Amino acid sequence: MNEKEFLYPRRLSPAWWHESRKNRALFLMLFPGVLVLLFYNYLPMFGIIIAFKNFMFHDGNFFTSLFKSEWIGLRNFEFLFKTPDAYVITRNTLLYNLVFITSCTIISLAFAIMLNEIRSQKLSRFYQGSMFLPYFLSWIVASYLLYAFISPDKGFINTTILKSLGKEPIAWYSEPKYWPYIIVLINGWKWIGNNCIIYLSSIIGIDQEFYEAARIDGANRWQQIIHITLPQIMPVIIVMFLIFVGRIFNSDLGLFYQVPRNAGMLYPVTQTIDVYVFNSLMRMGDIGMSSAAALYQSVVGFITILAANYAVRKIDPDSAIF
Amino acid sequence: MRKEQADFNRLSAVSGKTNAVLNIILLGYALICILPLILVVAVSFTDETTLAIHGYRFFPEKFSLYAYEFIFSTGSQVVSAYGITILVTVVGTLLSILIMALYAYPISRSDFKYKNFFTFFLIFTMLFNGGMVSTYLIGVNILKLKDSMWGLIFPYLMNAFWVIILRTFFKTNIPDSLIEAARIDGAGEFTIFFRIVMPLAVPGLATIALFATLQYWNDWFLAALYINDPKLVPLPYLLYQVQTSMQYLLQNSSNIGGMSGDILSKMPSEAARMAMVVIGVGPIVLTFPFFQRYLVKGLTVGAIKG
Repeated sequence: MNEKEFLYPRRLSPAWWHESRKNRALFLMLFPGVLVLLFYNYLPMFGIIIAFKNFMFHDGNFFTSLFKSEWIGLRNFEFLFKTPDAYVITRNTLLYNLVFITSCTIISLAFAIMLNEIRSQKLSRFYQGSMFLPYFLSWIVASYLLYAFISPDKGFINTTILKSLGKEPIAWYSEPKYWPYIIVLINGWKWIGNNCIIYLSSIIGIDQEFYEAARIDGANRWQQIIHITLPQIMPVIIVMFLIFVGRIFNSDLGLFYQVPRNAGMLYPVTQTIDVYVFNSLMRMGDIGMSSAAALYQSVVGFITILAANYAVRKIDPDSAIF
Repeated sequence: MRKEQADFNRLSAVSGKTNAVLNIILLGYALICILPLILVVAVSFTDETTLAIHGYRFFPEKFSLYAYEFIFSTGSQVVSAYGITILVTVVGTLLSILIMALYAYPISRSDFKYKNFFTFFLIFTMLFNGGMVSTYLIGVNILKLKDSMWGLIFPYLMNAFWVIILRTFFKTNIPDSLIEAARIDGAGEFTIFFRIVMPLAVPGLATIALFATLQYWNDWFLAALYINDPKLVPLPYLLYQVQTSMQYLLQNSSNIGGMSGDILSKMPSEAARMAMVVIGVGPIVLTFPFFQRYLVKGLTVGAIKG
């Protein structure tokens, strides 16, 4: 070994070894996160084969049970799609999400613009704080807040409002016809404040020179909103839209399970894919059916999120996630 | 000249009338957001028999603290659930912030050769997942999360979306030249991370910490999946359990048997449920102003693309 090689031994080792030594500290930093992702995200991805098996616990551990369980191909899916549930849960998930996306986007944007237009900063901050409050509360708390209003025997609406109007009390938790509205309202109540603040913070970030130039040209406030504010925050609107659309096959279990208090009579209008999977897994212990529904959701969700991202990339490449 | 100035002012702010209308709309919505919570607070302070007669009202006809006394005297379950929620929230938030920041920093460094690989490794978890069933079975059978405090912490340690927000924050707020200068001064990667990057990233970290705190504090889902042991039940899940029966309040206490029927019959169940909601919401509402200060700042830079 000559002196030069002794001093620079990196030549003796392969390039990747040198590279990883150089980045050792950075790899160490990534390590805990990689571990969490591997165990809680990647391992379950391989677990999707459960959906193609008649999964049963044999003696021994989970893996041996998994391998011993019989392959049944698509039979779990056949069972799932033969039930009327499959159609109902898909329809509910998609329709609610479509209504949520449009209503939340429009109302949050409108509130953000209003907050930006009103003259008093102090009042604006008070409104922002109040609107943001529901975002901080859990769905279980939200379900209690709703219950305080619509409890059949003690709720504020039945005992105070309807009574003073001389109307009969309504059995809210067994009347499916009201629930599509209640669900949409509660969802808006929870999310509008948060979305509104995201829009507002990007409105505040718009360069004031645009507005000054418009004023010199004699544009009024309304024209300024249409021609400056909206186009300027379009990228943010598109990104938020992408996030929503990509998750169109997902539903918030808290909203659809906790808020209607899992009332069976309301299932036709409140059961979404997530509620169905949760109920059949945790209550019935039906692994076959629930794993089929869960995989159906993952796969279709994967396609929608790729499609949504592709669409955004066409419109505004800078706003795409990848 | 004065008229022109007035015209210009008209263009730079809404008219007085419009301003009033906007304020009325916004005030109305702000009230819709706050009033439900006020109703629940009012109910929690109302006498149980008054509730039975008049139902839930904003102004209690007969004020009573009995619900709170009852919860803290009888319900050792509430106290234990509260303790679990606090512990899980504190440990979970600190740990997840640390792990996420440690992941976000290397992938924010433009000179890190594998940043694209690790970014993809992260983002892919946003695109595809194994679904609830597979995740649950692996959580129970491989990770042994059943009836373990880890079951309430581990699943939420990494959130791909928040890591991306942090990465963007690091990228836009910490100049490469600063890191380079520190390295020339002989600082190692960990020293740079903890002494330079983290302090500069406080607004971004605070935003993510807020999200993480809320997620842990408000979570009932992980408890529904993994927790059967009454000693490990967090407050939101206890709230879910008492929807159907107040019996759950007694599951952890020593005076089971003959006593419990007696206690249940005297229980101010309506007011006590709402009092539990108030207790659960309290700390979140108190920390609210603290987080609000960082929020708009953090979110502005929290644009996803970097």
